[in-house]
Amino acid sequence: MHTTPPRFAGHAHSGPVCQRLLRHAAHAAALCLMLGLLLAAMAGWRHTGAKLAYSFAIGMQCWLYIDGGRALIARLLHRRYPDDGECANGWPGWAWMAFCVLLGAALGYTLGVLLGDWLTGQRSIYWWEASWGSIASTAIFTLTMASLTTGYFYTRGRLLAAQAQAEQARRVAAETQLKLLETQLEPHMLFNTLANLRVLIGLDPARAQAMLDQLIAFLRATLSASRSGSHSLKDEFARLSDYLQLMQVRMGARLQTELTLPAELQALQIPPLLLQPLVENAIKHGLEPHIEGGHLRVSAALRGQVLLLSVSDDGAGLDAAGTTTGTRFGLQQVRERLLARYGQQAGLSISAPEAGGCRVEISIPLREAQAPSA
Amino acid sequence: MSTTITALIAEDELLLAEHLRAELAALWPELEIVAMAAHGQAAVDAALAKRPQVCFLDIRMPGLSGLEAAAAMAEDWPEGAPFPLLVFVTAYDQYALQAFEHAAVDYVLKPVQRERLAQTVQRLRQALGGRAAPADDTAPALAHAMAQLRALLGSGMGAPAPAAPPLRLLQVSVGNTIQMVPVSEVLYFEAADKYVRVITAGKEHLVRISLRELLPQLDAGLFWQVHRSVVVRADAIAKAVRDEAGKLSLQLHGSTDRLAVSRMYAHLFKGL
Repeated sequence: MHTTPPRFAGHAHSGPVCQRLLRHAAHAAALCLMLGLLLAAMAGWRHTGAKLAYSFAIGMQCWLYIDGGRALIARLLHRRYPDDGECANGWPGWAWMAFCVLLGAALGYTLGVLLGDWLTGQRSIYWWEASWGSIASTAIFTLTMASLTTGYFYTRGRLLAAQAQAEQARRVAAETQLKLLETQLEPHMLFNTLANLRVLIGLDPARAQAMLDQLIAFLRATLSASRSGSHSLKDEFARLSDYLQLMQVRMGARLQTELTLPAELQALQIPPLLLQPLVENAIKHGLEPHIEGGHLRVSAALRGQVLLLSVSDDGAGLDAAGTTTGTRFGLQQVRERLLARYGQQAGLSISAPEAGGCRVEISIPLREAQAPSA
Repeated sequence: MSTTITALIAEDELLLAEHLRAELAALWPELEIVAMAAHGQAAVDAALAKRPQVCFLDIRMPGLSGLEAAAAMAEDWPEGAPFPLLVFVTAYDQYALQAFEHAAVDYVLKPVQRERLAQTVQRLRQALGGRAAPADDTAPALAHAMAQLRALLGSGMGAPAPAAPPLRLLQVSVGNTIQMVPVSEVLYFEAADKYVRVITAGKEHLVRISLRELLPQLDAGLFWQVHRSVVVRADAIAKAVRDEAGKLSLQLHGSTDRLAVSRMYAHLFKGL
């Protein structure tokens, strides 16, 4: 009786064990056919049926014992060491595999000859009756075939696993990219902005034009920021200002903004729109739900050899914001970008100021920000 | 004969609110906008005070959402007065659109386009015309609106995405310590401004989260919302009692507190 259900940790290529064994069986059968035909051809196409019968009887049994042994041992090992990824994938390791090949080949050959005899009605010379030389050559031939086949299955499995893994990685990357774009081009923000724009066209064409220019600059920056590279802090603050002015048309006096960028820091380089998700979070979770609205401050400063960038608001605060899923994606994305670009040298911290609201601070080593784009 | 129709517009973005008002003025001269509200609570207050016949409610507003505002209006709407016809206004929300279609609630998309708004006006006129004829059919109208709102609120729209596993432990900070309160010991939750009061058999705690954020994290089968501001553990309910005025209230095991059931949620207690 099983006390624990068998587990097969889901690597994409492994599939159900039975399916995999059947696939291997088909490959093994093809090999037996080829080998049988080859032996028949070498014998001048005499006794072709018998050659094929022996080839299948021996080859398929070798396959059954070796592959079956592999699957069984891997499964037992996996139950014992659940964290071992190789065992979970049905690979027991080279030592166990060599054992399977030796034993499986010997057993498969012996029983295969008996089965072949039974099928063809012939009487072969069994290995225990044969000369040492003939035993050795048979053993070498059988072991070589078994090893080659095992090697073939092993390499093929590896290849499939690597392919599946690459496929998985590609899919995850594409999903992240899509999600990133979706958060940056948040439909609710976009359509509300367009709704405002539509009204403004009738009321105040000059202001509508200015708003449209800001929207264009924002869209252009958003679409190109998805790629890597860097731009100056001056550009970063200009794009944030575009975005904030768009939001100001919508929120009116409820959104008060303050951007502080000292002149000597304007040329420093950072990844494009790094601060955008933080500003968006501050508005979406801090200020927009707040009936009175509030202040949003974005600033850059130097402390020693560290560039400090901060985004703070005096809105709804951390407790309310921290529970929504949107915030986490935005923050996580900023964290990942920092980690990818600067490793452990950069940092991101979140704090709740006494006055309420939320403050996010990013620190980047000055020399990294001075370096031209990587 | 001039039969003015009264209406309320709830929209937090000033330009859009003014635009809707202007478009409505052009399409429906008899319509009088009696109140403009910039957030959900203001909409509820204004609606209860002015009792308009039609409400245009933006979905995403600070404070209460348009949907929550409508539910709050339905809860406190005076008996006998006709409940307003509701039209929801939304910029973009594919889930909302599905929910609106499903609940057969009228909605308008932003940017508001005149032809589409004209259809809505047409429909509202018909509904109001049909309503004027029979003398007193306010109760079905309110019941109908509540059924629609329940369907919309039940569709999970407007609420934050539900966290995967239901909450089992509440971490309540008391000074420098964090106290663990098993959710299974909670009798009921009550909204108190930005906090939620957590009432267990012997104790009462305050947690810094809004009821709106807490609700999706609770197991909906175990915890029932019975009022805009009260969520009760179903197992803790001893009985539901209807008083002479027809109002339902709950008595609990392990507490002498009585909880009022609002009419939005009265359908939960039918009896066999």
